[in-house]
Amino acid sequence: MSTESHEVHHEAGDHQSMTRGRIVKVALILSAITAVEFIIALYLVPKGILPIHFANPVYIVLTLFKAFYIVAYFMHLKFEKLGLALAIIVPILFIIGLILVLTNESHHWIDLRG
Amino acid sequence: MSTTVSQIDEVKTTPWSGGRSPFNVEYGKIMMWFFLLSDAFTFSSLLISYGSLRFSASVWPAADKVFQSVPGLLDSGAPLVFVGIMTFILIVSSVTMVLAVEAGHRNAKKEVVGWMVATIVFGFMFLGCQALEWAHLHHEGFWWGSTPALDELGKFFNEGGTEAARHMTAQEFANLFFTITGFHGFHVFTGVIINIIITVNVLLGTYEKRGSYLMIEKVGLYWHFVDLVWVFVFTFFYLV
Repeated sequence: MSTESHEVHHEAGDHQSMTRGRIVKVALILSAITAVEFIIALYLVPKGILPIHFANPVYIVLTLFKAFYIVAYFMHLKFEKLGLALAIIVPILFIIGLILVLTNESHHWIDLRG
Repeated sequence: MSTTVSQIDEVKTTPWSGGRSPFNVEYGKIMMWFFLLSDAFTFSSLLISYGSLRFSASVWPAADKVFQSVPGLLDSGAPLVFVGIMTFILIVSSVTMVLAVEAGHRNAKKEVVGWMVATIVFGFMFLGCQALEWAHLHHEGFWWGSTPALDELGKFFNEGGTEAARHMTAQEFANLFFTITGFHGFHVFTGVIINIIITVNVLLGTYEKRGSYLMIEKVGLYWHFVDLVWVFVFTFFYLV
């Protein structure tokens, strides 16, 4: 049974989705995003073109883009069944919950720490 | 005898009607995904703890002042250059890993071995860089439970904050940095070991006999996850 379904999985042709051309394209996107982060950190912020409190959200958005490309293409999640993608992505909501709770909490701690 | 089946007896073939995996993914691969999800929770807890301690501090060591050396070349004045090299090494190793997976789909044994060896080499390069980075920070006085001497701490901060606050946050920074990059480095290390084992199996022809190189995909998932975590560690320790 397991070998059978496994063959079906292979014959479905979904592996053709990661061709060499696409691999190179995703690699270039990841490198380009990293290069942009370095330009911001080494040039735009020190020269005062971009204030640090604007740069930080930009870093986080760029990081999420990189995470999307790694998970969707390198880890192949974009080409898996929707059910699997949801089973992996929906629990991440708990992490967002913890971020919201602890960020809020830390704003209270800063008053305590003085 | 009639072969027509009544509506109610018809076997349903929708993904969730049973009898097969609705995810259409091999067992080991789906278990790897769920392990990685649990690992994502572990890393998130560590990074969120770091974030909340940092948000609650009035001063924090400035990344471009702490990380400005290239071990063996420059002692200072090159902020983020060394970590840039490390990030690049890890991205490249991720690319060689996908290329190994892609070669596996074509059952091209030699290519699989070549790309796996490249991935292993880049993995060791990353670990070497991390060892140099740790040695450098340790040399400057940072470690679990210790910071540089009070009168030397100033050079790691931008401005503001009392000496006591600086001492406290420098200690928090050191503990969090070594714990989180250490935990990540441990993942890289185990990833390299797993990659070596799998490469030996490829050379022995294990997957050739099995008829599929699915195992490469599974270790590939783990290796990409290690790269994914580094993307976040890099942003939150070196950029923000």
